[in-house]
This record gives sequence, C-alpha cells and structure tokens, in this order.
Amino acid sequence: MSQGKVLLSVQDLVISYGNIKAVKGISFEVYEGEIVTLIGANGAGKSSTLRGISGIVPYKGTITFEGKDLKSIPADKIVAMGIAQVPEGRGIFGNLTVMENLKLATWSRKDKQEIPKDYQRVFDIFPRLSERQGQLGGTLSGGEQQMLAVGRALMSRGRMMLLDEPSMGLAPVLVREIFTVLREINQSGTTILLVEQNANMALRVANRGYVLETGTIAHTGTGLELLGNPRVKEAYLGG
Amino acid sequence: MTYLFQQVLNALQLGSIYALIALGYTMVYGILTMINFAHGDLFMLGAFFCFLAATFLHLPFIPTLLIAMIGVAIVGVLIERFAYKPLRQAPRVSAIITALGVGIFLENFTLVFAPYPQSVPTLIKNTTWVIGGVSISSLQLIIIALSIVLMILLDFIVRKTMVGMAMRAISWDKAIVPLMGIPLDLVISATFALGTSLGGAAGVMYALAFPVIDPYMGVLIGWKAFIAAVVGGIGNIRGAMIGGFILGGVEILVAAFLPSTYRDFVAFTLLLVLLIFRPYGILGKPRPQKV
Repeated sequence: MSQGKVLLSVQDLVISYGNIKAVKGISFEVYEGEIVTLIGANGAGKSSTLRGISGIVPYKGTITFEGKDLKSIPADKIVAMGIAQVPEGRGIFGNLTVMENLKLATWSRKDKQEIPKDYQRVFDIFPRLSERQGQLGGTLSGGEQQMLAVGRALMSRGRMMLLDEPSMGLAPVLVREIFTVLREINQSGTTILLVEQNANMALRVANRGYVLETGTIAHTGTGLELLGNPRVKEAYLGG
Repeated sequence: MTYLFQQVLNALQLGSIYALIALGYTMVYGILTMINFAHGDLFMLGAFFCFLAATFLHLPFIPTLLIAMIGVAIVGVLIERFAYKPLRQAPRVSAIITALGVGIFLENFTLVFAPYPQSVPTLIKNTTWVIGGVSISSLQLIIIALSIVLMILLDFIVRKTMVGMAMRAISWDKAIVPLMGIPLDLVISATFALGTSLGGAAGVMYALAFPVIDPYMGVLIGWKAFIAAVVGGIGNIRGAMIGGFILGGVEILVAAFLPSTYRDFVAFTLLLVLLIFRPYGILGKPRPQKV
C-alpha cells in the first residue's frame, strides 16, 4: 500500500502536559489511500498524537499534511485544509438536531453546490440518521451518535479522516457496522487515521498499524503482521 | 379597566427595554458561561451614542439607532478581544472581576466627557392618541414594535443561520467547535456584537423615553436586566425575553397599585420567591454534567 505519496507525516512529535510527557518523539507517515491505526493502552499517547495533528494541543516536532507544515495553523483551518475529525467521545452537539449537526460541519467548505449530494451520501450510508433528521443529537443512542459523528466528518469532506476511538462504549454489532462503513469510506478515496483501544478490530481493517506504549512506538507493521505478532497478541489481543 | 390597560402598555414598553438588555447577558453567558457585568454600561453607551449622533450630527431616528447599535457592538467586540479573551482559561471569578472593572472604566470614561446629565433631543415627534380613555403615544408604540422586531430577528439568526447554529454549538461544547472547521473566535465575536448591539438599541429607546441621561444610568438598569435574564433562565434566549417582560410588568403593576417607592422592593421579592421554586429560571434547565 505504500506506493502512494505521503499525505500526513509526523516527525519527532513530542507532546507534554506540564511536566508529563505524553508523547515522546514519535514519527510515522500515512500514505494516500491507506487506513493506518494507532493502537495502545490508556495513556499510551494515542489521543494526544491525534490532538496534536488536529491542532488543539501544542507540540514539538513537525507535522505536515500534503507537504504543508501544520504548526501554528489553528484547528478550524486544519479542518478546512482537508482533515475531517471524529472527536473522542463523539462530540455531538446535543442541543442541535441531527441535520444541524451535519450542516455545521460544512462551515469551511467552498464547494457549496456539492453539499446536498453529500447529505444524500450520509443518509445512504446511515439510513437511521435520515429517519432522525429533526431529532436533537442528545436524544440519540450511543451508536447513532457515533454514526452522526462519522456523518459529520463526511460532511466536512476531508481527503483524510481522523477518528478517536469510534468503538468506545458501543455494542460489538455496532462496532462491526462502524468499521464496515470506515472501510467503505476508505474505498471511496478517503485516507483514514484511526486511534483505537479495540486493537483486534482496528488491525483487521487497517493496512498498517503502530503500537504505542508510554509515548513511544513499540511495534509497527501491516495489520496482519501485528495481529500475528506474539507480543502484540499477548498485550493487546488477549493472548 | 382602562387604567389596567394603560399600565399593561407601560409594562410592555419597560419590559421590552429590559428584555433587549437581558438578551445580551444571556447570549454571552450561553456561550462563555460568563456574566458580562459591563453590559449595563454598554446600554449606557448606547444612550450616549444616540445623544452624540442626534445632537452633533443632527441625524434622524433610524441612522441614530444604527450608529448606536454599531458603535456599541464595536466596543463590545473590542472588550471581548482585549479584556475577556485572555482570561478564557482563567478561573471564572477573574473574568467576573474584569467585567466589573470594564464597567467601572466605561462609566468613568464617559464621565470625563459628560460630567453633567445630558438631555437627548427629540427624535420622534411624539403624538398621543386617546383610544377609549387609554392614551397611547407614538414613541411607546415604536419602542414596543422595534423591540419585538429586533427580538424576532435575533431569534431567527440564532435558530436558522449557520452562525446562530455555531453559537448554540459553542454553548453545548466549545472544545468540539473548531474540530468542525468553525473559527471559534469569530463566532464569539459575532455573539458579542449581536448581544451588545441589542443593549445599544435599548439605550437609544430608553434615551428617547426618558431623555435625560448620565454615565451611571446603566448600573441599576443593568442589574435589573441581569435579574430578568436569570429569572427567564440564563443562557436561554426566549427566557431572557420572558424575564424582561415579567420584570417590566411587575414593576409597573406595583407602582400602579402601591406607593412607587415599594416598586423595587416588591418586584425583587417576587423574583426571589420565583427563583426558590424555579432555581434555573423559567425556561432554564440544569446543565447536563458531562463526563
């Protein structure tokens, strides 16, 4: 899969909160068209890495997207450059309707005439959201909220999508549904960077993975390689 | 009966001014969970902008109103940028003290230029009609109608436009908003501009209804409008409108049937009692605890 060009590059990334270093100088690339996953336990630095890319925490090191340095670019402009976000804990606006949640994500888009087509696409992928268009986000179930979070990211139409633990708190059947959708989204041309604790699911869907341990990259390889790696198996896949 | 009807009309006039000011408090609270205690003084600035435009530029009513609204909005946005924004991550009490300080600054800044009460020229020719024993002035009608138009406009902006949606999104979760590609600071500025311009409009109307203005006029009215916002449910836009009209109504009715010195005493007692039974205000809801 690494025949494409580098879309996102992270070099020597260091993220600290006060005296605590959450990410200790990691480097990795995401090639165009790939699904790459960062897996690891709580506190391994996965979410911090993602927050660094999104531009919501300060960092040392270099992050580039399509060759452009993202440092000192505000978070909203990073989305406008083409990085769509599915935030940790879904981040649905509970006081807004499903439709309003989707509409807001189109704020920075220039191609306004394409937007109706994308609503249709979101509703085709998630018919449940179509039924609930006028319902407040806060009244949706966890699974529906996750669908809405992914739908919103589709509406901001990035070339790349960042997802922070989309499987969190969902029943296994819903997790499978979400991951199937992620694969479809990827096949239609969106590059995906996926942070997950559910290593098993994430590695099955990903082309490549990085295993983070206490802020450094401990293992790397294709999804299948990591699934077969005995040490990864023991630590993250339940033996 | 005609006496009561007359008082209802007076209550609507006072209530719509309170409601317009209360909206400014509630909008800022809604997105930043901060009380902008300088808002009453922005209302005062609105009255002074009106005074300046009418006295020195000899402008008619509509341009005067627009100048006051835009002028106050600019001051409001600047206050947010330079006084409140640096404190966004600071403890809430710092922001409140800063807001009080900004208010005192505005009062004294105005005092430098207007040490004595100023009298605002008549901008609207006041005709009074007597219908069935009730006297209705054109000024009264204009104040009530204009306030209602402004409130409908605001309600529309908040409910139907992208920027209004973004304001509501901020009130739910500020941290997520930039991740949707929305410039947070721009939306916060827009909120301040809208909220304070309504305060400015209220200042103009007040100056027309009670044409002697001074730099401290915003203090008591500001507090009252703040209480109206709390009674309606702070952070809730329709609540602020309702709270404004309730406060106006209570004040006028008390003054109509009791000695007028009892007005504030009875009005505030009633509101305190109301808050015992509805601590979050009439339309307010307890904020959901986010985990």
